Amino acid sequence: MQLSIVWVLAQKELRDALRNRWFLLYTLAFIALSLAFSYLALAGAGMVGFAGFGRTAASLINLVLLIIPLMALTIGAQSLAGEQEKSTLAYLLAQPINRIEIFLGKYLGLTLSLLASLTLGFGISGLVMTLNGSGAADPGAYVKLVALAFLLSLTMLSVGFLISALTNKAGVAVGIGLFLWLAFVFFGDLGMMGTVIALRVPIDNLFWFSLSNPLQVFKMAAILDLRATLDILGPAGIYAVQEYGDSLFGIFLGVLVLWIVLPAAAAYARFHAKSDL
Amino acid sequence: MITFDHVTKKFGPFTAINDLSFTVEPQQAVALWGSNGAGKTTVIKSLLGLLHYAGQIRVAGLDAQRQGRAARKLLGYVPQELAFYDDLSTADTARFFAQLKNTPVQQVAAVLGQVGLAEHLAKPVRALSGGLKQRLALGLALLGDPPILVLDEPTSNLDVATRNAFLHLLDQVKAAGKTIMFTSHRLEEVEQLADRVLVLEHGALKLTCRANELAPRLGLRTQMKLLLAPDLIEGALNVLQRAGFTVRRNGVGVLVDVLADEKAKPIHLLSQADIRVTDFEVE
Repeated sequence: MQLSIVWVLAQKELRDALRNRWFLLYTLAFIALSLAFSYLALAGAGMVGFAGFGRTAASLINLVLLIIPLMALTIGAQSLAGEQEKSTLAYLLAQPINRIEIFLGKYLGLTLSLLASLTLGFGISGLVMTLNGSGAADPGAYVKLVALAFLLSLTMLSVGFLISALTNKAGVAVGIGLFLWLAFVFFGDLGMMGTVIALRVPIDNLFWFSLSNPLQVFKMAAILDLRATLDILGPAGIYAVQEYGDSLFGIFLGVLVLWIVLPAAAAYARFHAKSDL
Repeated sequence: MITFDHVTKKFGPFTAINDLSFTVEPQQAVALWGSNGAGKTTVIKSLLGLLHYAGQIRVAGLDAQRQGRAARKLLGYVPQELAFYDDLSTADTARFFAQLKNTPVQQVAAVLGQVGLAEHLAKPVRALSGGLKQRLALGLALLGDPPILVLDEPTSNLDVATRNAFLHLLDQVKAAGKTIMFTSHRLEEVEQLADRVLVLEHGALKLTCRANELAPRLGLRTQMKLLLAPDLIEGALNVLQRAGFTVRRNGVGVLVDVLADEKAKPIHLLSQADIRVTDFEVE
């Protein structure tokens, strides 16, 4: 594998993403909403103005849960299938380069574009808070939330790549991506609650069950980091803190990393075996 | 230079290439001839490592499957369906592919000049005409100076003038010593460019011959459009029908079905009957 070729492809992917109007729209929406959330974070306390980093971080969790997976899933889903549909993938594969280089180049390029988008969104919001004099409260929590959001975006990017490798058309891939986004965001909670009630799942199983949804993992990790407790998540959260204590955050990080690596590896395996290009 | 050794490619129950074996010698131009579905494009895609297949393909001794990168380094490819990144300019497209081929970007301007794109460097690829895009594809294939050019139906989407200009370019490339393998269903293209023709039928090699033997060996037919003065059309129809040609009236003359290597015959017959042919076209 030649890293120089991976980098050439990554740069191309990054340039394309920054020209992609959907990507720009997601980024602008994220910036606008993160500013609005940071402004409204104090409204519940009967105050008006920009809240500090810690409070804003808490309110941004829901925004991250909604927008970041949507953005990462859709751009991931378009990545390979979009090029296959336009026949540019076959032309690329006809060059003296390997499939792993194409895969890594695309993945790295989209990772960098997601990082750029998140940095811009969180950065502008953070800058406004700092200039407003309300940022001194807890910048560490804010930075950790950004890091967790980045990991979450990579989990969804990997899932998007897997969808893309399994399909041949960008429209179909994006459709499946949107369905999965809905499943992760909405049906995830409802489905879990329904399953727990119907099957009378024990608390320890409920905790492990919740790890099957990367959005839940991000949410628990972010709340744990902000509040040092998962009381807000009910008995399963209390059980998790009591059972795993200080290692709980590490477990969450590990699960997020697995959610990044496993779908990406499966996507590459499928892409490598793909013959109908 | 290129060796196919008992290559078979199946898509489910359909056999696209059936136990195909042949060799292309260095500096030779070989045409793959066959009807749609004969397996020409599958042969090209297998050579490029885009498909998995049974058997062995070697490019200058390198296994096209196991040593794909090294083998493709020796191949410049012009696809049938031109697929570029439309937002990039001509020069940026060439620079991008030069980087992928580890070719110095200084070579880009020279290659684009060689294929006649020097005046179109700043244009986005989407603004190029079909002929210019084809030239760009040839330029990209020549980046890195690979010894072998592989072209899939290189002129299928071009008009006559653009096709002739493109074939002239390919002639120059051939004269420079490249080995060329191309698919085509145009006889004049094969006769102009190829030294040898491999005729495929249902994925198997049916015939190997020299380019000038193709038409008589296969009994290939073509259609000629003969332009005539309106008052001579009826007489021309009678003369040609009496000579056994399948002929029908066209708005400005007649359409005649002829053997590909007997195109002069109907004109000669009409000339003997004092019927002047003002112009002709070969379909």
